[in-house]
Amino acid sequence: MPAPQCASCHAARAALRRPRSGQALCGACFCAAFEAEVLHTVLAGRLLPPGAVVAVGASGGKDSTVLAHVLRELAPRLGVSLRLVAVDEGIGGYRDAALAAVRRQAARWDLPLTVVAYADLFGGWTMDAVARSTAGSGRSRACCTFCGVLRRRALEEGARLVGATHIVTGHNADDMAETVLMNFLRGDAGRLARGGGLGSRGEGGALPRCRPLQLASQKEVVLYAHFRRLDYFSEECVYAPEAFRGHARHLLKLLEAARPSAALDLVHSAERLALAPAARPPPPGACSRCGALASRALCQACALLDGLQRGRPRLAIGKGRGGRDEEGSSGPPPPPPSDPGSAPGPAAGGCGATCKERCE
Amino acid sequence: MVRVATLTPTPLLRMSPTQTAGAVTLARPCWGQFLETPRVSGKKEGAACGQSPEDRAKTVAEMKLILQTLGFPWHFVALEEVFGLSPSVLRCSAQEPVGAVGTYKVAVDSFLQQQHTLGTERAGGSPSPAQGEEWLSPPGTQESQDPAGPPPAAQTEALSRLFGSVKTLTAKEEFLHTLRTHLILHVARTHGYSKVMTGDSCTRLAIKLMTSLALGRGAFLAWDTGFSDERHGDVVVVRPMRDHTLKEVAFYNRLFAVPSVFTPAIDTKAPEKASVHRLMEGFLLRLQAQFPSTVSTVYRTSEKLVKAPRDGCAAGPRCLLCMCTLDVDAADSATAFGAQTSGFSQTQPPTPRAGAGAPTEAGGAQDRCRGAGPCGREDSRAQVIEQLCYGCRANMKDVPSLDLLPPYILAEAQLRSQRASQEIQEYLVENGAEEMQTAESRAWGHQESGARIA
Repeated sequence: MPAPQCASCHAARAALRRPRSGQALCGACFCAAFEAEVLHTVLAGRLLPPGAVVAVGASGGKDSTVLAHVLRELAPRLGVSLRLVAVDEGIGGYRDAALAAVRRQAARWDLPLTVVAYADLFGGWTMDAVARSTAGSGRSRACCTFCGVLRRRALEEGARLVGATHIVTGHNADDMAETVLMNFLRGDAGRLARGGGLGSRGEGGALPRCRPLQLASQKEVVLYAHFRRLDYFSEECVYAPEAFRGHARHLLKLLEAARPSAALDLVHSAERLALAPAARPPPPGACSRCGALASRALCQACALLDGLQRGRPRLAIGKGRGGRDEEGSSGPPPPPPSDPGSAPGPAAGGCGATCKERCE
Repeated sequence: MVRVATLTPTPLLRMSPTQTAGAVTLARPCWGQFLETPRVSGKKEGAACGQSPEDRAKTVAEMKLILQTLGFPWHFVALEEVFGLSPSVLRCSAQEPVGAVGTYKVAVDSFLQQQHTLGTERAGGSPSPAQGEEWLSPPGTQESQDPAGPPPAAQTEALSRLFGSVKTLTAKEEFLHTLRTHLILHVARTHGYSKVMTGDSCTRLAIKLMTSLALGRGAFLAWDTGFSDERHGDVVVVRPMRDHTLKEVAFYNRLFAVPSVFTPAIDTKAPEKASVHRLMEGFLLRLQAQFPSTVSTVYRTSEKLVKAPRDGCAAGPRCLLCMCTLDVDAADSATAFGAQTSGFSQTQPPTPRAGAGAPTEAGGAQDRCRGAGPCGREDSRAQVIEQLCYGCRANMKDVPSLDLLPPYILAEAQLRSQRASQEIQEYLVENGAEEMQTAESRAWGHQESGARIA
């Protein structure tokens, strides 16, 4: 049976069906539609005003590659200039190959590239060192928690280095959906309250961040990269199998099979969650050590690094975390006593095994 | 003193042990102070599950035995009776008389009578136990204490056809849940109950929470899984068992020899990937085995939810089916855009739309008629869909023909849109009316026409 006609230009043969609508399109029309949708997202949300200097978080993976490519196409229309910022977490056997891909892209697209490394920013702590330090507890290592927090700090630092006014990352709809599921399963009400919406406005000196690909499904990102013949790095991080997000990802895959619009439905749900005021995070102030945006005395990055330095890596993970010195906690109240002994949540790092102190 | 209806034991298999346990607890003296004449209603959903009449009769007999040992007054209601409901079920609390819909049965009139004579819970009145005994033979024709006769075959067939036409198991389960809620509401109102208790346990609620999240009902989680659910106005649904896990309930039933009935549910023996509910249940229980705090963590998160609508949204129109405030405002809704863009490519050339649009009801009939196909049916379908919340819309996508829906839903939809169209007359006649339509209505229009092209 011959392929149907492209539904948009009616000229070429259709090369694909869009995952969400089932519409048959040819390659060129699909790419045009994808770019138009990203443009709409940016314009409708007023994410990148004209004249902005945009730091693109480039990891070498498909999402950031597609993001950089699309933004490069749209940059003249939006009136923004782009800088690539890549973060080197120091994960041997993975990050070096990814960085090579980023360098190739920067050369091909003629975009300035800046690489910031954990080792330089965080006093010699690479992810491999963090992983070694958090290992041996029997539970998952929670090094992904570290990586996520530290990477955001690193990205912010890198953006400041290049004089950017906005940060964009390549999170797609599936990522957002997984985040919602994950936060619910871990009971992370603070993150749930903060989530939703197209990105943070950037309070108190932090650069505004947004995710132009937020509404594009992962499959479409891959299709776009295929049709534009983009060169990206597709290996999984070495530590990824241990991350809790893997469970959420698996669940999302199952849900999409049962209901194709599951990712969007989850994003919709997340936007409209109504959390009690007590559960919402306190208004952000400044970290007492580094001056970055923080909800507590110490920002999460400083708190995590603190824990690492002291040899108590799980100090800042789990409930009541962040900025806990010996004086006591300034974090949210401990879980109610009717819930005895249950760990705060999987991979949020229940301290049961090795750590003697109960950091709740 | 409050008159309470307890739901036990429904044929939905996993519910029955919990609810029987709940009912037994009620029977114990310590509860006697708070409750007067609690009544118990069992529901027969055999037709939706494809059971044969003999199986249904057998199940009913078993349930009768159990209910008699409880010592509470009880009713039996068949799901087929949704075809005889009146649209007043879908209203928050019937204030204006429904005399206009004269074709509806005697039960509606008796319901109105009771409304006037009883007063609602707010009025603080409730008949004494002596008078309560009279209600055992209620005037309405809807309920039958002794289910000697099965419901009319036409209704059974209509029900089977309705459920047969729904494409996915997820939508079937959601729809069943909705119809069941409406029917229970009706029974409660007819008999003047102010509260309905259901036997949802902690585990069930955690699963329900995650499922609702995945189905786009994030705005209503507090109502769906909280302790009390007051969206129906006069009848409040409470969930007293929500602190107990399924395991605890099982132990209780075992230790106190609480009898329960197993009946196949609509998703019994379905493969795990068949519906979102099954998936979520399997996932959570597996995760629970690995991380024992999963269910309690999810449950605790549900306790942090409040029933406020999103800040800024006043009490707006309510969803036709689930009676929650609609959560599909067009302005700055990321997902409204997402739905729109699934049909976006068809519009040439794609101009950036600001996204701000007229209120949801402003979606006019003109957009629908643009595509091919019979105009009238598109119209009424669009009418119904406009009045649904995001989650219910997603379910309706799997229901190909709205004609099979019970008449009360369609009638109420008609009524509401007539009322709404008067408000939006000014929008409909303007030249730029199309531009002011919401992303949602465009998306639905395009999705339907898109399905035809592709």
